[in-house]
Amino acid sequence: MAEQTTSTAIRAGSARDGQAGRPGDGRPEKADSAVVRDALGVGVAVGLSGFAFGVTSAGSGLSVLQTCALSLLVFTGASQFALVGAIAAGGNPLTAAAGAFFLGVRNSFYGLRLSQLLALPRVVRPFAAHWVIDETTAVSLAQPTRRSARIGFTVTGLTLYVLWNLTTLLGALGAEAIGDTDAWGLDAAGPAVFLALLAPMLRTATERAVAGIAVILGLGLLPVLPAGVPVLVAALAAPAVLYAEGRRAARRATGKNPQEDPRKADGRQGEGR
Amino acid sequence: MNIWIAVAVTAVGCYAVKLIGLLVPAGVLERPLVRRLAALLPVALLAALTAQQTFADGTTLVLDAKAAGLAAAAVALILRAPFLVVVAAAVVVTAGLRAVTG
Repeated sequence: MAEQTTSTAIRAGSARDGQAGRPGDGRPEKADSAVVRDALGVGVAVGLSGFAFGVTSAGSGLSVLQTCALSLLVFTGASQFALVGAIAAGGNPLTAAAGAFFLGVRNSFYGLRLSQLLALPRVVRPFAAHWVIDETTAVSLAQPTRRSARIGFTVTGLTLYVLWNLTTLLGALGAEAIGDTDAWGLDAAGPAVFLALLAPMLRTATERAVAGIAVILGLGLLPVLPAGVPVLVAALAAPAVLYAEGRRAARRATGKNPQEDPRKADGRQGEGR
Repeated sequence: MNIWIAVAVTAVGCYAVKLIGLLVPAGVLERPLVRRLAALLPVALLAALTAQQTFADGTTLVLDAKAAGLAAAAVALILRAPFLVVVAAAVVVTAGLRAVTG
């Protein structure tokens, strides 16, 4: 979701600098209430799924306190699920943390875009940073003006943070109360969350190749490597596919059909992703 | 105690990368190769994690009701269902199948 909205919002952003919200400039200002409604929709829906995290985490053997600490301090869902999944599988804590960390790295790139879009004062940034995640980025980048982007970011971040932490606590307490969480199918929540995050990213052949190779590496190495390590090895699918793609582009540029190739190479760069 | 170490390292690391994004001047992370890699790394990690958490029990590969649950989630995604419905579909189908097959 975030990736889809990104490029258009950035392009719109460069065109509207300095004229944000001026009426009659062909880019009608979005009503604050409409921004709040969009932000609440995302914040509530995703915030409630903290329940699934609480249950999964407690079911993976983490205490209620550890589970809540993750939601309060890490606050980036995929990393949290990855960490408790790796711990449940018996992974070394540092390997588990490494997998969770690598998943969190994408937030750096969200922050980079948001810092231009929101233009936050320096003192606010350390606090805003904690809310830089998929959902706040998606909502902010979809807004037409800086004002509505700031409202979208704040409302999404606040709703999601409060609800995610409340439902994490309820889920962790609930997991202890209901005992065998597998009987309730709650162990399927983690992979379903990952799939929902992954699906919008699979738009090009490159992305599908990366996903396919990562699945093969992750499952193929699982029986032979220590827990947690296969996921890190599977991450190498990304540079491997990029490398193969680069070689293919280079071969085409120097290769048999010089008439067609430069244009193709330009087109690829123009995509800018 | 080991789990607390993992919690602490993850919390510090994940906060640091969020803050870096907001603080670094644009351009440092804007190199095309870095950006492409950053976009593709989550794809690889999420794909591997989805597969492992569906088909792995410890270090052995298994095929159980979770696979049906994940298929249900995939159908919900194709039908453009909201996030919560996708997760609920996986949970309900997995629980239902386990209840039926005992």
